[in-house]
Amino acid sequence: MASEGDRRSDPEVERRSRLLGGFHFQGEGARGVAIALLSTVVFVAVVIVAVTQSAGWPEVKRTFFDWGDISSSFPDIARAFVLNVKIFLVCEVFILVLALLIAVLRSLPGPVFFPLRALAIVYSDLARGVPTILVIALLGFGAPALELTGVPRSRVFWAGVGLILVYSGYVAEVYRAGIESVHPSQEAAARSLGLSRFQALRRVILPQAVRRVIPPLLNDFIGLQKDTALVATLGVVEAFNQSMIDSAATFTYGAYLAAAVLFVAITIPLARLTDWLIARDRQKRQAAGGFA
Amino acid sequence: MSERRQIFLATAALLVSALAFLAAGCGSSNKSSSGSSSATTSASSCSNKDDLNLVTTDQLTIGTDNPAFPPWFGGTPHKPWQVSDPNSGEGYESAVAYAVAKQLGFDKSEVKWIHVPFSNSYAPGPKSFDFDINQISFTPARAKVVDFSDSYYDVNQSVVVNKGTPIASVTSVAGLKPYDLGAQLGTTSYQFIQDTIKPTKKPSVFPSNTGAVQALKNKQIDGLVVDLPTAFYVTAVQVPNGKVLGQFPAEPGGEHFGMVFEKGNSLRACVNQALAKLRSNGMLEQLQQQWLAKATGAPILK
Repeated sequence: MASEGDRRSDPEVERRSRLLGGFHFQGEGARGVAIALLSTVVFVAVVIVAVTQSAGWPEVKRTFFDWGDISSSFPDIARAFVLNVKIFLVCEVFILVLALLIAVLRSLPGPVFFPLRALAIVYSDLARGVPTILVIALLGFGAPALELTGVPRSRVFWAGVGLILVYSGYVAEVYRAGIESVHPSQEAAARSLGLSRFQALRRVILPQAVRRVIPPLLNDFIGLQKDTALVATLGVVEAFNQSMIDSAATFTYGAYLAAAVLFVAITIPLARLTDWLIARDRQKRQAAGGFA
Repeated sequence: MSERRQIFLATAALLVSALAFLAAGCGSSNKSSSGSSSATTSASSCSNKDDLNLVTTDQLTIGTDNPAFPPWFGGTPHKPWQVSDPNSGEGYESAVAYAVAKQLGFDKSEVKWIHVPFSNSYAPGPKSFDFDINQISFTPARAKVVDFSDSYYDVNQSVVVNKGTPIASVTSVAGLKPYDLGAQLGTTSYQFIQDTIKPTKKPSVFPSNTGAVQALKNKQIDGLVVDLPTAFYVTAVQVPNGKVLGQFPAEPGGEHFGMVFEKGNSLRACVNQALAKLRSNGMLEQLQQQWLAKATGAPILK
């Protein structure tokens, strides 16, 4: 529908191309693609030459890029990675629920609910303020040291609790942004139809709020996947710990690369999915006349 | 539309780059073994410390990890050092390092200790130390990346448990199989668990001694596999309710600790000469008696 000419004048395309540093080859067709590929190849070639000509390269090559090290450590690390996957899948469910609860508490109106609001604020400040690795170490070694009956000793359990506590702080903020982005008139309209405050929240506000924050929620999910590596602090052999074991056994770092590949193999598709969702959401809103 | 294409191109470019990089890295994996040439340094160049290959001239820079644990290090901790102080000359590794330094012609004041975390001791690139002494076991795979001195201590692995727990009545290596075992990262203890004990549950591996000891105290693991001298320190100080269940029979060929050098460092030959001297004049034996005497007499697990 849009020809070459009015694309250029389209404010959205202009804005996007500014964001990308004026880099938009799409209008120029095959020539653009060719130039983009060529410049990429030249860029990569320059980087490769610069790196491989450096004085330390032979040693770096031997210790980091030995194919034997990478491939021999890969099966064990892949097996250990299953634990990372289990941890982030289970934790994510609890995070989504706990964070929503905190966000709702924080959005409660009126002076009566001040203590609950304050609690929610203190919680998300603390959860986001303390380094994740400290939370995991404190819980994983500290909680079992209390020797309370009924308190589990499992380090995976406490690491999971730590991740849930920390990420709920972040995700609650994401939810809150979503809730606050819903115009107050929506709630007013819902209440005037006779819905209770809870019904308005449940049926009108949250459905709109959550849909809007799905991309940032996925973003935090990607962060959670990477942070499962922190469980290694407690001695649990997951992918990162397994790669450290292999690295220490041979004094080389190929195993680290193998672990990195596994993490990337999961996070990159999710990042693309997030991009796609954002793009789809934007198109939808534009189709609806830019009202949002 | 266009954005999707850009993303596709960016991903493709990333993949191409990654492949190119890997190809550059792994394409010609000719294992260059440049290490063995250094062993031929003549005796004369060791007698004059000006001829030694040092990080800082007229100073012997020695690395170890912090905290420096007894019985390998002793003395009261000062400034950056925790638990004990390598500068004290007390503890087996500190004493051996100073004895070697003396053989090479360094005064006590010309020895400088620096903090080198275990995982940094084998990082590629120029080393910040002349040698690192940190209970590091020699293995052929490691010796491809760094150079090791000859043995300054022949080590046996052992297992520490909590008194009164089921594992505490085990008397054989096979009896350890059903338990949760742990080791410290970078020790050959982990390899020992995997290759010799072959437990039914996956062993735990802790990035630090502190974490491993805490997990044992909390009974989050049943047994901690460490070298024998460390085991006696763990039970004496760190886990009051702990006991050394036993030591494992020595491996064929034995396991030993060596000092770590940058690959090809000519200093290694001189340190080996010094160690040979200390062994033949009985000094190493005497220092072991002085600092590691307690580390004998644990029952052997068959």
